[in-house]
Amino acid sequence: MHGDLTTLVQGFMYPNEVELQWSVLIVLYPYITGLVAGAFILASLERVFRVEAVKPTYRLALLTALAFLIVAPLPLQLHLGHPERSFQMYLTPHTQSAMAMFGFVYLWYLMAVLVLEIWLEYRAEIVRTAQESAGLKRQLYRAMALWSDDVSEEARRLDDRIGYVLTIVGIPSAFLLHGYVGFIFGSIKANPWWSTPLMPIVFLFSAIVSGIALVLLMYMATCVAKRIPIDMRCVDTIAKYLFYAFLIDFALEGIDLLHRMYEADESFKSLDFMVKTKLFVSQILLQVVFGGLLPITLLALTQVAKLTDGARKAIYALSGVLTLVGIFAMRWNVVIGGQLFSKSFLGYTTYKMSFAHREGLLPAILLMLLPFAILAVLVKLLPPWHEPEADPRRA
Amino acid sequence: MTVDRRQLLAGLGKLLVLTPAAAAAWEYLEAGRPEEAPSYRLADHWWAMVIDVEACIGCGSCVRACKTENGVPLEPYYFRTWVERYHVPNGVSEHPEVDSPNGGYDGFPERYRPGDGAKSFFVPKLCNHCAHSPCTQVCPVGATFDSPDGVVLVDKSYCLGCRYCVQACPYGCRYIDPRTNTVDKCSLCYHRITKGLTTACCETCPTDARRLGDLKDPKDPIHEFLRAHKVQVLKPQMATGSKTWYAGLDGSVR
Repeated sequence: MHGDLTTLVQGFMYPNEVELQWSVLIVLYPYITGLVAGAFILASLERVFRVEAVKPTYRLALLTALAFLIVAPLPLQLHLGHPERSFQMYLTPHTQSAMAMFGFVYLWYLMAVLVLEIWLEYRAEIVRTAQESAGLKRQLYRAMALWSDDVSEEARRLDDRIGYVLTIVGIPSAFLLHGYVGFIFGSIKANPWWSTPLMPIVFLFSAIVSGIALVLLMYMATCVAKRIPIDMRCVDTIAKYLFYAFLIDFALEGIDLLHRMYEADESFKSLDFMVKTKLFVSQILLQVVFGGLLPITLLALTQVAKLTDGARKAIYALSGVLTLVGIFAMRWNVVIGGQLFSKSFLGYTTYKMSFAHREGLLPAILLMLLPFAILAVLVKLLPPWHEPEADPRRA
Repeated sequence: MTVDRRQLLAGLGKLLVLTPAAAAAWEYLEAGRPEEAPSYRLADHWWAMVIDVEACIGCGSCVRACKTENGVPLEPYYFRTWVERYHVPNGVSEHPEVDSPNGGYDGFPERYRPGDGAKSFFVPKLCNHCAHSPCTQVCPVGATFDSPDGVVLVDKSYCLGCRYCVQACPYGCRYIDPRTNTVDKCSLCYHRITKGLTTACCETCPTDARRLGDLKDPKDPIHEFLRAHKVQVLKPQMATGSKTWYAGLDGSVR
């Protein structure tokens, strides 16, 4: 079953530590949930704080969040030794376990917040589409409207009020969803690479950063694909949010690093060596330099210099891609990095990623493509780009 | 009721080997309810282990006995118990040289010369059966749990194989059994100690370096051992309430 794994070890590891427990799939889990939380928080800005400039991305952000949220539990399921038992987390949750709460946080966020908010936002259009079409399509949209066709002004106003309350509930829920994912790692006292109270906060801000970058890229890509002009006021505003969120995120991670270096506790020498060797490419180069400093510098440039629309668009696209790579590298360094060193602090192992294996690179790539396929279907069903004709909010 | 040959032989075997009381206890044990056996009451026991580092000779008997008794996979990445060899140059190094070839299963090949100015010793490791175990805390479904008699156990029929407990153990005592895709770890030979036997590792240790103890039994020699020796647990800063005490533990041991 194995090659000789002991050849992957430098120094000493406890024998049971040689085999890595959490694979690339567990890297995807915080990455994907982070994208969900970030995209939702951007959407909420428009709704709650009435930021008109980012309105063109509101629906796209919600649908993107939903597409990724549907995929979020799949890497976990693929990873479990007994996925058929995972429903036990709902039936007999162990209340002291951070992980046991995932199912509930997830369901709450999916059903109570995201699906309901999208439904209320689109309800009038769903009803109209049902009325304007025939046959199977009519039946589908009637079902999506839950067989109600009340789109009176009063009903729409109620939709809007409930939607507003949902968004207000949704923002702390999005914070909870990803802060909670950070807690899963941050609360493991056995692992000094993970164990820090900053972990939930760092996860949350990196989630916001990655979600904003994703929506920015999705919006620009859909504009190009549909041959409609990019709303510069919109992308300028989103890029500004990305810049400031990234500054906070980078500062938080900097504080964490500084604190570790200055305290230099028993784990420090071991972790320091790991960062300078096994994690050098993914931590120093991809996360800090190319996925952090570079996009922050580029975005800072757009804030201080007067650049043409074309130049800004190019910078936004490049910064968005670099940000997504950088945040992915951050997740990688947390999850994989946290397992490369021995809890004896006397040695290191190596992560060998397989390819066409249940937990290999191939399923990881497919899982990253799947949300885009789901999004394509969602966009077909619920087109995000035309405004409802009679919207009482804007009346 | 029909009895096939296999059942008949098993029944006869029990009749020959076990006393009637032990046979009755065995029935409950096999049914997974040792606490209902007439001779064993959960509330009367609180299990622990003491290890005398000076006494361990690194023969690996405990590792072999454990793997045999508990059906632990033989590959060198799966151990319920293992032995580490420490070699500390000048006796004060912050960076001891440590090895554990195949977990000590085959004993330790000669590696260091006597009189090289270092101190050397062996440290047997196993689940510490912590009173505040971080592994049971994180299990999302409670498949791993603290038994009322002080043993950390795993219900394999319930384990999801999420591996969170493996990450949460500070001592590296857990592994995923590749045959069942569920977690496995030292059970303190629960099937033996609930019948009045000691663990396989203690049973086979030629120097009495590891001893099982029942803290609730006032006559158990573990009390005298803990009084007579200066003892320490592994990684005390983790505050796990470890119930595996080491006598003669060097500060270099991780």
